[in-house]
Amino acid sequence: MIDKIVPSVEAALAGIADGSTVMIGGFGGAGQPGELIDALIAQGARDLVVVNNNAGNGETGLAALLKTGRVRKIICSFPRQADSQVFDALYRAGKIELELVPQGNLAERIRAAGAGIGAFFTPTGYGTPLAEGKETREIDGRMQVLEHPIHADVALVKAERGDRWGNLTYRMTARNFGPIMAAAAKLTIASVHEIVPLGELDPEAVVTPGLYVQRVVKVPR
Amino acid sequence: MKKLDRNQMAARVARDIPEGAVVNLGIGLPTLVANHLPQGREVLLHSENGVLGMGPAPAAGQEDWDLINAGKQPVTLLPGGSFFHHADSFAMMRGGHLDFCVLGAFQVSVGGDLANWHTGAPDAIPAVGGAMDLAIGAKKTFVMMEHLTKGGESKIVPACTYPLTGVGCVSRIYTDLATIDITPQGLRVIDMVEGLSLDELVRLSGVPMQAV
Repeated sequence: MIDKIVPSVEAALAGIADGSTVMIGGFGGAGQPGELIDALIAQGARDLVVVNNNAGNGETGLAALLKTGRVRKIICSFPRQADSQVFDALYRAGKIELELVPQGNLAERIRAAGAGIGAFFTPTGYGTPLAEGKETREIDGRMQVLEHPIHADVALVKAERGDRWGNLTYRMTARNFGPIMAAAAKLTIASVHEIVPLGELDPEAVVTPGLYVQRVVKVPR
Repeated sequence: MKKLDRNQMAARVARDIPEGAVVNLGIGLPTLVANHLPQGREVLLHSENGVLGMGPAPAAGQEDWDLINAGKQPVTLLPGGSFFHHADSFAMMRGGHLDFCVLGAFQVSVGGDLANWHTGAPDAIPAVGGAMDLAIGAKKTFVMMEHLTKGGESKIVPACTYPLTGVGCVSRIYTDLATIDITPQGLRVIDMVEGLSLDELVRLSGVPMQAV
């Protein structure tokens, strides 16, 4: 019997190796898997590369993970915010590496990893500092930049409902990076607010089919 | 001469958004445009975090923090609205499916280059978000900005001195002084605030412009 449901967030985060690349879903607070991030902090893996749209807000969640000093590098599109003081201090002190990526390139590079695409050309960023040093080509009369996929060892995803096969649904804009990160990582860990019996999720409404997900854990809303 | 205030600028942009348009409004000043779309004009608002058919802000106490816009403010969903993941959301832009995007700017060049994400200051922490995708992806990119910096320098420039967001991507500029089209033949002034002459606008801007 396939059963991807694990009893606790500790069990969900077990075995994350030092040096892992960890994708973390969420845009602002929506879709941020706070319980899984806290469990990753408790688990203790170090020398991490984190992929997220932002670089943490306030002192909790991703910001708390950064504050442990266990994140070597962050790949994101929008680190600077009114309350990104933890990242700001690490960055100014030279204690964290930043790979700044246009948001659409971030999403498409993650999608490409999950879809087995070797690299792709896009007009986004052409002629800007974020395309410096990258291969360019004129395609259909437009200059384009070669971008490579972002693969991950682990994805932490917040979903709404899940079943023992790992099928997931999301809630409104909390979906954001969840489905593409789930596909791009070798080990996808999903938190859900509700675990339902197999067959109860409307197959027409499943957003992330279970084959992309390895562990499902229920967390309180 | 009386400059337009932020809401008057937003109303001016809203006049040019037609029925049925799919539009992404950037964070900050452009977000105000939504408040000035006339009742009954059906416009589909897109937000890059994964929502199409965005409605107005919810009433106090009705916020749902799973339903936010790109500025991370709570919003509502209109009947017919939809949710999608981030790669789909950016495919809508990058694939040319949006009719308009409205962005703020530090500088726009006479050739339509846009600089709006980074001042290039050595101690500044850069952040780009979706600006580069929006700038090159929408069918038309509108910029909305004050005409002059606080120091009185024109934000319409011969060539951007700040790091670029996109090359040749801006179609039209809305400022607190004028509405200006960027054409292959140069800048064309569509309208100006009352009491401002073309000569004075050109003098303030420091770049050539002609009446339409």
